[in-house]
Amino acid sequence: MKDFAYLRASSCDEATTEALEPATRFLGGGTNLLDLMKLGIETPARLLDVNRLDLGVIEELDGGLRIGATVRNSDLAADPRVRRSYPVLSRALLAGASGQLRNMATTAGNLLQRTRCPYFYDTDMACNKRTPGAGCSAIGGFTRYHAILGASDACIATHPSDMAVAMAALEAVVEIEAPGGARRHVHLADFHRLPGDTPHIETCLEPGDLITAVILPAPAGERQIYRKIRDRASYAFALVSVAAVVRMEEGRIATARLAFGGLAHKPWRDAEVEACLEGEPPSDDLFDRAADRLLQRAWGQGENDFKIPLTRRILTAALREATGGMA
Amino acid sequence: MTAHLVFDEPDKRNRLDAMAQEVVGRPIDRSEGALKVSGRAVYAAEQATSLWSEKRAECLYGVFVRATVPLGRVASLASGEARAVPGVLEVLQDPRLVRHPAQGMARKSPPQDLSEVTYFGQPLALVVAESFEAAREAARLVRVEYETSAEAELDPAQAPSELPEKKQSAQGDLEAALREAAVSLDASYSTPSMAAAAMEPHAALAWWEGDRVTLCGAYQMVSQNAEELADALGIAPGKVRVLSPFIGGGFGSKLGIAPEAVAAAVAARTLGRPVMVTLARQQEFEIAHRRSETGQRVRLALDADGRLTGIGHEARVSNLAGESFSEPVQQATHFTYRGENRQIRHEVARVNLTCAGSVRAPGEAVGVTIFEMALDELAEKAGLDPLELRLRNIPEEDPETDKPFTSHMLAEALRDGADRFGWSDRRAPGERRQGEWLLGMGMASAVRVNMLHKARVRVTLTGEGARVESSMTDIGTGTYTILTQIVAEMLGLAPDRVRTILGDTDLPEGSGSGGSIGAASNGSAAFLACEEIRRQIAAQMGCPEEELTLKDGRATCGNRTRDLAELVTEPLSAEGHFEPGKALKGVRSSTWGAHFAEVAVNEITGEVRVRRMLGVFAAGRILNEKTARSQCLGGMTFGIGMALMEEMVHDRRFGQVVSRDLANYHIPAHADVPALEVHFLEERDSYGGTLQAKGIGELGICGSGAAVINAIHNACGVRVRDLPATPDKVLEGLCALGR
Repeated sequence: MKDFAYLRASSCDEATTEALEPATRFLGGGTNLLDLMKLGIETPARLLDVNRLDLGVIEELDGGLRIGATVRNSDLAADPRVRRSYPVLSRALLAGASGQLRNMATTAGNLLQRTRCPYFYDTDMACNKRTPGAGCSAIGGFTRYHAILGASDACIATHPSDMAVAMAALEAVVEIEAPGGARRHVHLADFHRLPGDTPHIETCLEPGDLITAVILPAPAGERQIYRKIRDRASYAFALVSVAAVVRMEEGRIATARLAFGGLAHKPWRDAEVEACLEGEPPSDDLFDRAADRLLQRAWGQGENDFKIPLTRRILTAALREATGGMA
Repeated sequence: MTAHLVFDEPDKRNRLDAMAQEVVGRPIDRSEGALKVSGRAVYAAEQATSLWSEKRAECLYGVFVRATVPLGRVASLASGEARAVPGVLEVLQDPRLVRHPAQGMARKSPPQDLSEVTYFGQPLALVVAESFEAAREAARLVRVEYETSAEAELDPAQAPSELPEKKQSAQGDLEAALREAAVSLDASYSTPSMAAAAMEPHAALAWWEGDRVTLCGAYQMVSQNAEELADALGIAPGKVRVLSPFIGGGFGSKLGIAPEAVAAAVAARTLGRPVMVTLARQQEFEIAHRRSETGQRVRLALDADGRLTGIGHEARVSNLAGESFSEPVQQATHFTYRGENRQIRHEVARVNLTCAGSVRAPGEAVGVTIFEMALDELAEKAGLDPLELRLRNIPEEDPETDKPFTSHMLAEALRDGADRFGWSDRRAPGERRQGEWLLGMGMASAVRVNMLHKARVRVTLTGEGARVESSMTDIGTGTYTILTQIVAEMLGLAPDRVRTILGDTDLPEGSGSGGSIGAASNGSAAFLACEEIRRQIAAQMGCPEEELTLKDGRATCGNRTRDLAELVTEPLSAEGHFEPGKALKGVRSSTWGAHFAEVAVNEITGEVRVRRMLGVFAAGRILNEKTARSQCLGGMTFGIGMALMEEMVHDRRFGQVVSRDLANYHIPAHADVPALEVHFLEERDSYGGTLQAKGIGELGICGSGAAVINAIHNACGVRVRDLPATPDKVLEGLCALGR
């Protein structure tokens, strides 16, 4: 491991200012960052510990919730307000990682975790995320876990988070503090980027930016579903996951918010798919059309082609369940 | 005193049954369990740092530089940058370092000369530094250039292959049998490479005193390993001491001396300080032996009465060039089922991938599993209950050699298991459902060849209790406990008065752990030592040994009883030497069992979850019902792994291991393992050494995966022939069936 300096931030202001120094990384739970440092994938010169900032509380805000950036995944999953009003989030969290990891992992850290692409994890393999312009050795290799939507010639990695998928369907907003103290809000669906030809740039964060919270809007009586398909029941990343937040009115779908994990470089939302559902009475035909739209530009690498029919099946199952128990 | 037995005749005395202490067989807790759960059992990687270590040392740390091509020659190795890292003392390139682990029981060095690269990930040099972190960082900074003259062979299915003469066999006319069969099957299957994936990585701490080296390592067979290490170092075996008191799982990966041990010893010699080398998890996958992938073709001919008339079993496996080990896929096919016409074909492809070696029941784990999957298909074609098909085809004697079986418990295990499991409730595919989940049942036979090995154990009795000593190891299997129980039984002591010391080559040479040989072989040696001590006590008591009763620290002959504390004023010591002889030459010895599984298949996603499993096993005398059960639970769990998730993937372009950590190489963890039930059929196999016991360590994995796969078919009608049955493969089958 490369030597690094360890600092503790005592205020958000200090954190954002210090973070402007080159090669500085915030340290939350460390469940991903420290692994990556041991493997020589992340090589920060300075670790800035933000765990002691006052960002560890969940508070009610405008009928919704404001989740501090350092709230642990296990605490968030167990929060009675989350379990009551945002069960999709609680379920997604509990479907991710292991008990030990969830006890350490933070809300902001979960959003910022890196892909589990095995070529990204092997420093002797070319990776455009690690070394921009080096090429992508995953393409043409072992691609069972890779993206079928929104990938590029430069990168076919997926974002591994379960939590972020649920938050995307809940239309969560990321609260970000910039150096100097200015705060801005970014929709979770816009927070992560597609790889394009700059897969090393994964989010909209600018130098020094600190995530301070994630805000969940007030619930509106939606039915919430989270389903994750995985290779084993214990600790495994999603082959495909879906978060469905659906509100019915008089037998019709009033609103449908759908987000998918395991398919893309970010939690995947598709406004067209949601629009085609809204206002319609639920039917398998409708769900099929939604799946057609969702998957019209899906593109597999061979080994991950199965994700296409699997996504169709899991979307249909989730929508049946969310729209009135035709399961 | 030495009690030496060449096992030329079966031992029908069942002497343990006549002993009075009544501790053998009882499910007593592991004798070293408290040490392990309290952190006081010091494992190899902790030897330099643990508070509990006796070997705490100002030691140096070594980390390997990794080959990044699968085949070639090192043209240059530039270590300037690495040497500039603070704390780095040496970048060691030495002709004694080894490329990969030795095969089990090799007793000689594995290939040396790291400048020849034969697989991606091979060690090329050892960076030695004052700290592990510095060594690891520096190892990444070593720049290596290669010369390559030939194309690496990275695809086991396409690579050039050999047909080792001794591994082919045929009798009768299989083709004719297939033509004339009422029902026949010809199906091809595959299993992927698998990793031992022991929890504890390879680790070794070495230091020298004069010309003698001591190595604290993580090894299954320390006496053999000492010879292998001596051979690699070019010194006399007597100059090497290997210590391996606690091992965090071996599964075959710690059978032979491995690169980290040789490197630690060479570096310690070169630098004059103790050196610790630990493989990182990723290196564990790259360097430790893998189980070869297998391609298997099974052909079966069945007559109108449901009797097998022909069995063909072909296997294609792989290994590095020059390695004599090849996954013995058909080991149990030779004798498990009847059939006059038989053909075994065994092909070994030569590849540039991680060296293949013994992993968890080499041979049967994959061979029995696939064969039992094929039988399930045959039963379906024949309209026979899969259980009935097996029962009709159990041979009277070894069908290839006509040798009698030392014991044959397969039918009993099948019937007992079926009763306990509720096999008669099995329905046709698709008939049982809970919501999205389709439920099904599957079964398979369990078979594993049984072997004995020479072993020496010393027992010393004092007035206080007994000490048991051997270089035998306990890799988590329960050896400490069962040797303690055997000696406690024979000498009439409470188990807590017996102390067992293992894993030290300065002690009498045990068999080592591997091939399920440990309990019966070393147990027999301990028994022999105890018989000798009993003779000495009997002499003092003035009675024949057979009439001596030892119980609760007292010796009784006729109407005379004396306390051992009073009787044994000088320590009584004896070494038991057990040596396999002619007894097993004319017979076929095997352990037997039956697996039953119930699974749920999600008809939307293709996910499979095992609901329950039940195994019935017969392995001679069960020495400790608890540790034996744990062995079987572990085997069944790894059967779930083989069936549903384990897959070691090599990149087909570059040859590196892609799934090289425990997040990517999936083994069943808690949520994947339902309630497992294990039952034993107690028997006394007089060919099982002086204890009438056989090996239990590997039986549980043999066939268990097939029960799971067969249950998937019974649940949803999908046959998965290429393991593991991940959701994508089951889904493909569901789609093909229109579900």
